[in-house]
Amino acid sequence: MSEVIVITSGKGGVGKTTTTANVGTGLAKMDQKVVLIDTDIGLRNLDVVMGLENRIVYNLVDVVEGNCRIKQALIKDKRYPNLYLLPSAQTRDKTAVNPEQMIKLIEELKGEFDYILLDCPAGIEQGFKNAIAAADRALIVTTPEVSAIRDADRIIGLLEANDIRRSDLIVNRIRMDMVESGNMMSMDDVVEILAIDMIGAVPDDESVVIATNQGEPCVGDSSLAGQAYMNICRRVMGEEVPFLELKVKSGFFGKLKKLFT
Amino acid sequence: MAFMDFFRKKNSGEVAKDRLKLLLISDRANCSPEIMEAIKNDIIKVITKYMEIDSEGLDIQITQTESEGGHGSVPVLCANIPVKDMRTRS
Repeated sequence: MSEVIVITSGKGGVGKTTTTANVGTGLAKMDQKVVLIDTDIGLRNLDVVMGLENRIVYNLVDVVEGNCRIKQALIKDKRYPNLYLLPSAQTRDKTAVNPEQMIKLIEELKGEFDYILLDCPAGIEQGFKNAIAAADRALIVTTPEVSAIRDADRIIGLLEANDIRRSDLIVNRIRMDMVESGNMMSMDDVVEILAIDMIGAVPDDESVVIATNQGEPCVGDSSLAGQAYMNICRRVMGEEVPFLELKVKSGFFGKLKKLFT
Repeated sequence: MAFMDFFRKKNSGEVAKDRLKLLLISDRANCSPEIMEAIKNDIIKVITKYMEIDSEGLDIQITQTESEGGHGSVPVLCANIPVKDMRTRS
């Protein structure tokens, strides 16, 4: 049975799409069958981050409106045979799809895939409602900034109100040098304020920008961010092992700290 | 060093954390300052029936506390009411 995960943040520009691309690719690297769905109708982006923008024929709205079958709209990633993308429509808006249609679409994909990842648009309107409608769990992306954390708090409340049974936090773009000089909130600070479990932290790393430029997610490479994303993927898969997460986390952060000091 | 610390400005990270904490309390409570003022006035009205209080020094706010069931934090309404005289006013 597949697990449906929505990647959301409230605030825009904190790294939802990058996280979706990297977590999806990482899961596929670990032999999971994964489909990534871009639910940001009108502002399609996941395809470019994945480097699949030239291969789009049909999109999410075409599937929902019955212009094509799901299979026809899914783009198979050549690098990873288990990885598929369902792109969003660029010339339509959020109202083209409703939550019931999303639930129906995802029901059809369930069983075919191990993981269904939904890249949520910024905001808390229709697009957000569409994205969370069929989700089992959520990855909330935030950065160590007041505005992003405030929005994340709002999102956590909305997810709870919509019966999403599990939400985990990803603290993105953390700069350990600034944390140490006291000019950036630490992972612990963010976790304390938001009071949810953290599934990983991703350092502010040049390799993420380079990877996005090239349309190839950096997950699993030797960069710090690549390692961080891979660890997040392991934790996403390892949810039946409650203590593993903490161990891996402390091991990783120990290394991270050493590298920066 | 302690001398230097005395003049040191608070780290911006700490400032951000403190600002956020206050911000989220009012966000989560979804409670406007007007409503808080109304609650405060009603509390004064009730308490003054039974004892003399310092209504100027009265302070109410919504904060977070650990829930007794151990499932994260829950909001609490805290009222700090200085009592001037315990005797019932007749």
